[in-house]
Amino acid sequence: MPPVIEVRDLHKRYDDKIAVDDVSLTVQEGEIFGILGPNGAGKTTTVECVEGLRVPDRGEIRVLGLDPLRDRAELTRRLGVQLQAGHLPERLQVAEALELYGSFYPEPADWRALLDGLGLADKAKTRYAKLSGGQKQRLSIALALIGNPRVAILDELTTGLDPRARRDTWDLIEGVRSRGVTIVLVTHFMEEAERLCDRLALIDAGRVVMVDTPAGLTERARIEQRIQFRPSRPMDDHLLTSLPDVSGVTRRGESVIVNGNDNALNAVTTVLARNQIVAEQLRVEQASLEDAFVQLTGKRLEPGPR
Amino acid sequence: MSALHTAERGSATWRLIKAESTLCVRDKVAPLWGIGFPLVLLIILGSVSDLRQPVEGSGGLTYFDLYVPVLILFNLAILATTSLPTTLAGYRENGVLRRMRTTPVGPARVLAGQLVANFAIAVVAMVLFVAVAGLGFGVDLPKHLPGFALAWLLAAAALLAIGLLVAALAPGRGPATAIGTVLFFPMMFFAGLWIPISQMHPLLRDIAHYTPLGAGMGAFQDAYLGHFPSAVPLLTLTAYAVVCAFVAIRRFRWE
Ligand SMILES: Nc1ncnc2c1ncn2[C@@H]1O[C@H](COP(=O)(O)OP(=O)(O)O)[C@@H](O)[C@H]1O
Ligand SMILES: [Mg+2]
Repeated sequence: MPPVIEVRDLHKRYDDKIAVDDVSLTVQEGEIFGILGPNGAGKTTTVECVEGLRVPDRGEIRVLGLDPLRDRAELTRRLGVQLQAGHLPERLQVAEALELYGSFYPEPADWRALLDGLGLADKAKTRYAKLSGGQKQRLSIALALIGNPRVAILDELTTGLDPRARRDTWDLIEGVRSRGVTIVLVTHFMEEAERLCDRLALIDAGRVVMVDTPAGLTERARIEQRIQFRPSRPMDDHLLTSLPDVSGVTRRGESVIVNGNDNALNAVTTVLARNQIVAEQLRVEQASLEDAFVQLTGKRLEPGPR
Repeated sequence: MSALHTAERGSATWRLIKAESTLCVRDKVAPLWGIGFPLVLLIILGSVSDLRQPVEGSGGLTYFDLYVPVLILFNLAILATTSLPTTLAGYRENGVLRRMRTTPVGPARVLAGQLVANFAIAVVAMVLFVAVAGLGFGVDLPKHLPGFALAWLLAAAALLAIGLLVAALAPGRGPATAIGTVLFFPMMFFAGLWIPISQMHPLLRDIAHYTPLGAGMGAFQDAYLGHFPSAVPLLTLTAYAVVCAFVAIRRFRWE
């Protein structure tokens, strides 16, 4: 099956600033593809080129086989877009906006169901200017889906939403995907990427660092595991430091903290069992995607979007 | 299939026009300053008996008779310098037009919707002013009605084109409002809001004839006196409409 989105050697600069240096991506039908990276990495510029809002300096882009610039009319019918900064007239009411935008598409979705799914049902008569930041965000998600698109590109999907609304939105997006819609998700939230994405592209400074599944990315970064427990009786650290899979042992109060590779947990529990020590309050911290990101780019993901 | 598409497009355009009209009314500038204020002015002026004296050099029309077309132009000027450019520049500033670029309908039809909405408000205002002046204060209808209609259409086209030009050139909503306000007062001066054109200093009178509202006033006055408007004001209005619309369309940016 041909890919739904294909980007090859994309390059885009603004005056003297290179926003996208060299980005290539393929997005397959039906997947949720994440684009992850710190602020200023070039995520928004990349997807806006795919949407046909920006003209790339170099590179090839195909969406459903269409050229975003030449085949605009056809593309806009099949592609749903949530812009990072997109707005509506201040005095337009929520329901009016959805009915209006629905009328632009050949087969619009049922806007009432969309509003329900996004927890906006009681805001149908509210003017855009009177909505909170999170409500505006949810409305813009609804508008991205109103045309029943085959592909949706969502830039900073849940930025500005509280944790509960964020989870509801994730549920909604999973529901949309289960109807076969291909979704590109730009995000700088690790939790969101881990929960929703089938594959992720890690973008940094205008380049794709790597593309993999969330688990694959974590694994590739070879992050150590961290095991924490309280031994049931006093024990010598040397019992653990001598294990080849363990790289370090520290103590915090009565707790022992062990760092090591994927096998460390196995090795540690075996040694403890052999010495009749019970590991109480055992906790294993899985390496997170966030750790992987820091490992791979040497940068932290910053909290605010741009 | 293609007929279906056309029908859908038609309904999208129609909905946009409806939405933009609703928004214009909710915005209050057009109904309040474009219709309400001049209407109140018309009623107050109509009650001042001193204004029922003929104005020298105006073919027998009284001061009050002249105020009717002046206030019709006042309405067009408010729409062109305040309502239209502020709204469109605000749409660009707030990303409304950019968002429309990602839909099958595109932002040009938002522009069209705004123009139609403002045009509709202008029609309502014009009919209302003429009717109130006629029924309430005994001002005769323009004696040359087709000439009046043509003059009004050209004046509306010129003024809306000027509004579009302001929206195209202003970098944001704030500058658009400022430019509009700066334009409004001299334009209204040359329409004869404060002194009838025929009473102006000859130099100012010559300038007035080539300003959009001065030309509009000239054409209206001809129609009120029963002539088809003369060529100079009609051509002046047409020139403003064509040139401003051309430059506006060339220079308009969606974001
Ligand atoms: N319109 C623009 N003009 C100039 N520079 C821009 C513009 N848009 C983005 N940039 C710059 O390009 C870089 C990439 O921006 P962007 O694509 O928005 O990144 P991201 O979405 O990953 O935060 C940033 O350094 C940003 O400052
Ligand atoms: Mg961004």
